[in-house]
Amino acid sequence: MSAIQVVPIEWYLLLCTVLFTIGVLGVLFRRNAIIIFMSIEIMLNAVNLLLVAFSSYLSDSKGQVFVFFIMAVAAAEVAVGLAILMMVYRNTKSSDIDMLNKLKW
Amino acid sequence: MIKLVWLVPLLPLIGFVIIGLFGKKLSKGIVGTIGSGTVMAAFAVALGIFFELKGGTQKEFTIELFNWISAGKLSIPFSFLIDPLSSLFLLIITGIGFLIHLYSTGYMSHDEGFSRFFAYLNLFIFFMLLLVLGSNYLIMFVGWEGVGLCSYLLIGFWFKNTAFNNAAKKAFIMNRIGDLGFLLGIILIFVTFGSIGYHDVFEQAKNMATGNPTLTAIALLLFVGAMGKSAQLPLYTWLPDAMAGPTPVSALIHAATMVTAGIYMIARSNVLYTLSPDAMNVVAVVGVCTALFAATIGLAQNDIKKVLAYSTVSQLGYMFLALGVGAYTGAVFHVMTHAFFKALLFLGAGSVIHAMGGEQDIRKMGGLKKYISTTHITFLLGTLAIAGCFPFSGFFSKDEILAQAYEHNKLLWFLGILGAAMTTFYMFRLYFLTFHGKFRGTHEQEHHLHESPKSMTIPLIVLAILSVVGGLVGIPAALGGTHFLEAFLSPVFEFSSFRIVQAASHETEYMLMGIATLIMILAIYFAYTVFVKNNRVPAAEGDETSAIHKLVYNKYWVDEIYENLITKPLNMISEAFYKLIDNQVVDGIVNGVGSTVKWLSSTIRLVQTGNTGFYIFVMVISIVLILFSQLF
Amino acid sequence: MITLLLILFPLVASLLLFFVKGQQVKNIALGAAIIEFAIAIFALSQFKQDASMQFVWNSAWVQSMGITFHVGIDGISMLLVLLTTFLVPVIILTSFKNEHKNPSAFYALILFMQMALIGVFVSLDGFLFYVFWELALLPIYFICLLWGGEDRARITFKFFVYTLAGSLFMLGGLIYLYLHTPGTHSFNIDAIYAAGRGMDVVHQGYVFWAMFIAFAIKMPIFPFHTWQPDTYTTAPTQGTMLLSGIMLKMGTFGLVRWLLPIAPLGVEHYANIAIGLAVIGIVYASCIAIVQKDFKRLIAYSSIAHVGLIAAGILSMNVQGVQGGMIQMLSHGVNVVGLFFIVDIIQRRTNTREIQSLGGIRNVNPQFAVLFLFILLGSVALPLTNGFVGEFLLLNGLFQHNAWIAAFAGLSVILGAVYMLRSYQSIMLGETNSITSSFAPLEKSEKVVLLIICAAVIAFGVFPKPLLDISGPAVDQLVQGVQAALGK
Repeated sequence: MSAIQVVPIEWYLLLCTVLFTIGVLGVLFRRNAIIIFMSIEIMLNAVNLLLVAFSSYLSDSKGQVFVFFIMAVAAAEVAVGLAILMMVYRNTKSSDIDMLNKLKW
Repeated sequence: MIKLVWLVPLLPLIGFVIIGLFGKKLSKGIVGTIGSGTVMAAFAVALGIFFELKGGTQKEFTIELFNWISAGKLSIPFSFLIDPLSSLFLLIITGIGFLIHLYSTGYMSHDEGFSRFFAYLNLFIFFMLLLVLGSNYLIMFVGWEGVGLCSYLLIGFWFKNTAFNNAAKKAFIMNRIGDLGFLLGIILIFVTFGSIGYHDVFEQAKNMATGNPTLTAIALLLFVGAMGKSAQLPLYTWLPDAMAGPTPVSALIHAATMVTAGIYMIARSNVLYTLSPDAMNVVAVVGVCTALFAATIGLAQNDIKKVLAYSTVSQLGYMFLALGVGAYTGAVFHVMTHAFFKALLFLGAGSVIHAMGGEQDIRKMGGLKKYISTTHITFLLGTLAIAGCFPFSGFFSKDEILAQAYEHNKLLWFLGILGAAMTTFYMFRLYFLTFHGKFRGTHEQEHHLHESPKSMTIPLIVLAILSVVGGLVGIPAALGGTHFLEAFLSPVFEFSSFRIVQAASHETEYMLMGIATLIMILAIYFAYTVFVKNNRVPAAEGDETSAIHKLVYNKYWVDEIYENLITKPLNMISEAFYKLIDNQVVDGIVNGVGSTVKWLSSTIRLVQTGNTGFYIFVMVISIVLILFSQLF
Repeated sequence: MITLLLILFPLVASLLLFFVKGQQVKNIALGAAIIEFAIAIFALSQFKQDASMQFVWNSAWVQSMGITFHVGIDGISMLLVLLTTFLVPVIILTSFKNEHKNPSAFYALILFMQMALIGVFVSLDGFLFYVFWELALLPIYFICLLWGGEDRARITFKFFVYTLAGSLFMLGGLIYLYLHTPGTHSFNIDAIYAAGRGMDVVHQGYVFWAMFIAFAIKMPIFPFHTWQPDTYTTAPTQGTMLLSGIMLKMGTFGLVRWLLPIAPLGVEHYANIAIGLAVIGIVYASCIAIVQKDFKRLIAYSSIAHVGLIAAGILSMNVQGVQGGMIQMLSHGVNVVGLFFIVDIIQRRTNTREIQSLGGIRNVNPQFAVLFLFILLGSVALPLTNGFVGEFLLLNGLFQHNAWIAAFAGLSVILGAVYMLRSYQSIMLGETNSITSSFAPLEKSEKVVLLIICAAVIAFGVFPKPLLDISGPAVDQLVQGVQAALGK
């Protein structure tokens, strides 16, 4: 019985749902690109947490392998995303995504 | 000789090809010689065939040339049938055709379209011969449409004149209406009998019950064709207009030969008609109505050719009356005598017009007997023949028809005799106004008056002789003769003979002849008092006349009625189809589909607001919805 | 092998022609087309007159999908191959007096089109058929777009999208059939036939509509015809000839090869609707033709009427109807090319196609008038011209299906005479006017084309037997198969 299993799985589920919802709401309602970014990260990590919890409970390491994958991809994504944000900021002097509405129709 | 029958149509065809291709380079003499010569040669062959057939015991020969159309069990050979009926028609067509060719060499000698005229005329003879020679209905149809084409070309011969062109077009289209009926009739024959060869069809039909509805339908459809070609009510209006063509054309095509094609067709199909009494009644009624109707119009016409045209329509009506009462021999007999005297009258009229320098209005003629005596005498003989004066040819044929009608139905006979009285009256009106009294034309015309050249008068004389003696081939038994024609044609009408009511007793026949002669004399006397004694001349254009006269003079406004009832509505409907339905509705729907797509795209693209937050919002909502949909 | 040659030769010629410069490209194109015709004649001479599929070439193409490059010629194909190879040189010859810009592309496209058309007529694989079907659309699209007349961009676009939409239905139908082929799926024509015949009437009905709509648009049949008058009028003369003379036959050929044998029950079930549409189209288009002012447009509408009759005859599914359809495809192809050439001759000399503003051409050019008259007579189906044989057989076939419909369709006999004679009269007869008084005599190439067409009009009216014999056995077999499937 590992340390993770001290806490019942229901709590993990609840925590992850809360975190994920926070992420979603953040993405939906915040206009600052960096905060949206962070919200996305929260969502990813909520999923990661859940994967780890289940992996431990089911004694299956595949879940943890997935987490590493997600972290790697998220890191790459952050690198590209932040670079885009930097460029956006340089051009618009703002990180408000509502300014980015030229790409339409 | 019979083996050489293919020569008969081939000769005029060769004439057509030579004249058609090289006519412009040849002199008029050569063109005329080729044109007339080929027809005369054809006549010689036809004569040989006639005598061989008359002498021999076999009365029916089929000569197959090649296989024309075949599809599945439908097989149509291009083949000819020689029997008494077709050989008789061969003689009429080539004989009168030759005379009219000869006449044309004189009549058309000053026309620049001389060679074209002879090419058309030869082509016409070719198609007419095909029509009567074919051994199945489709070959007849080939000739049928072919003569229609030649008629079109010849009516519109002077093609610079719009009115003539319109007349030509009208003739072709009206004929086509009939032709459609004919074509459908042929197809129905094929569907019913599995063949369209005369022999097969008639042999099978003989086993069918009288009054079989399919047979009646076939007979009526064929009759529609006959109505168009032979100018019967209601499809007759093209024939008077067809007088726009040169006069020899009117004589050959629109009097002697082509318009009698309908009679030939029904006589040929006598088996089918005999088996459908209803169709026979229709034929008789249409015939007698046309005979009367056209005769009344003829009473008031002032154009010499128009009078003859209506008289032709009327006489054709008599022939259909004869067919309708089962007097097939009588009908064919009248075709023959009519060909003689009507060709004579038309050619005589042509000679008059020639003498008058193109004038056709009888109000401007008069007293011509002094100037053109040959024409006058031959014309008088023709008039007597058409009036049915004993012993001219018209007497015998008309008498036979009326006697048969009398046996069949007294009312038909009465209407027939009424029409005969009118015929006599308007023909003598025409004769008196043209040849008697004082000359009413201009001085120039009076100086110009001259007898026509020999090439024109010789055909007149020959035809006059034929008109006088032509009836001798059919002297009824009542007058102590043997009806040669009836005996000759009997193999063709063998099956139908039972329908012909046994010839009336000789007393009845004498009575009928007496009545007819009496009425004829009265009509001539009446015409004489009005137009010679009292010197009445028909009213000039625009003069006040009685309402009835106006009605008749304007031909009951039938042309106008057709114009307003058919032509104009057709144009209007077509316009509506084009402008409204095609351009607005059908194309509108097509374009509507296009513009709907366009409209939808331009509407939906607005969803792409460019607002990233909105995109994400939609994305999340969609994910939630998808998840929910998976949940339930 | 010879089938393959028939397809490849024009393709090679077309590709080479793209690189030839100058006006002598005409002569090369004409030469290539004549050689192609000679190949077709050679094929005809080797052709056994029975119902079998001959000169078959079958090589693998996309094996995993059951697609093969499978071509062959039977009597039905033979007639259309002859028509195509006969008309293409004639069409090329008609353009000799026209100066086209960029001629090498123009003639290359015509030859390319010929390749695709022959491909359509000889394909024995559903997928291959579809490929050629679409391939034929490309060159004609460019011909119309690049060398067309006024407002060509809009009209050509409409034509392209419309026919493409139709093809989509056909593709759907073919795939549907493919998925029903027994065993490992295959596009082979026999497998497709088997698939179609294995279905019940409801499913054959789906196939029927999918295929019928595609063919109906191509022909076109009322009410799918509205792209046609505009396109025919705007396209350059040679484009119009290709469209009306040959391409339209893709639709009627499709009915014979890719519809009747596949879905006989479906055809029978919906025959009255489909034939009804075709026959309504006949009378409707004839009426519209009467009131046309532009002669080219008039012929376009008359073409709808003629094709309607062909379709109706084929759909009545008896020997006379189908055989009449086959022979009428040829006659109509020849006649309509002749008529459009007459329009072209008149237009080049007078700069107008307005019927009313012309007149009296016969006075100045009697020779032209006579040749025109011959073609006109073929078009109004006078006996002893080629038009009559087909029309008689078609009406005969239609009559066996339903006498009243045949009678109604027969109205075209009358209406055809009305509009053709009316226009002939006002174009050719009467007095000359300022526009027509200087009507130039016919050039040599024009005379040759008109004489060839007139000769065909008369020759196949008097002796239609050789042509009927080519397709006869194949049509007999087809109809027997269809009737057997219908349980008759």
